[in-house]
Amino acid sequence: MSLLSLAITATLVLYAVAMGVGLARLFRGPSAQDRVLAMDFIYVVGMLVMLVLAIRSNSEMYFEGALLMVLFGFVGSVALAKFLLRGEVI
Amino acid sequence: MPMPSLPEIIVSALLLASGVIVLLAALGLWRLPDFFLRMHAPALASTLAAWLVTFASILHFSTRGAGLALHVWLIIIVLSITAPVTTIVLARTALFRRREAGDALPPPLRQVT
Repeated sequence: MSLLSLAITATLVLYAVAMGVGLARLFRGPSAQDRVLAMDFIYVVGMLVMLVLAIRSNSEMYFEGALLMVLFGFVGSVALAKFLLRGEVI
Repeated sequence: MPMPSLPEIIVSALLLASGVIVLLAALGLWRLPDFFLRMHAPALASTLAAWLVTFASILHFSTRGAGLALHVWLIIIVLSITAPVTTIVLARTALFRRREAGDALPPPLRQVT
């Protein structure tokens, strides 16, 4: 075990706890915009997990996945917020 | 444990700092009492934590001997464009829905006479 792999494991555990807390907020609500906010947060943390996994496996293949995750999280959050605002997406 | 090199130490420190910051953001998302207060917490994850992980990634992939690896910058560029848009749309949504429901709104920025 090197220092880097220990740090990566600890960081992934911290991220997992944070995602769990975000998931609790997603289930608890109380309003719909709280759930959208929690989902956006979970998307961002998932993107960070991708980047840390790239360092862990020493591969740059995860970078595209992380970029796609940012974009899909953005589109999903804006579409949901727009739906709550107008009752239709576009 | 083998003796770690200097870039390894810096990458580890950056990653751990980002983990702590993401945990703080999650705690803020859970503990803060109002939606407009809760909106502030995830910004910590999408700005500071993303920057720290990006710097760690750049440092790690640049010290492998294969040259500078700057493409991870794209992620924070895209995040810095998309995160404010999401925040503004969500804030307007929350304001609209609260006004429709007749709940308490935050005070206006300036007094309308």
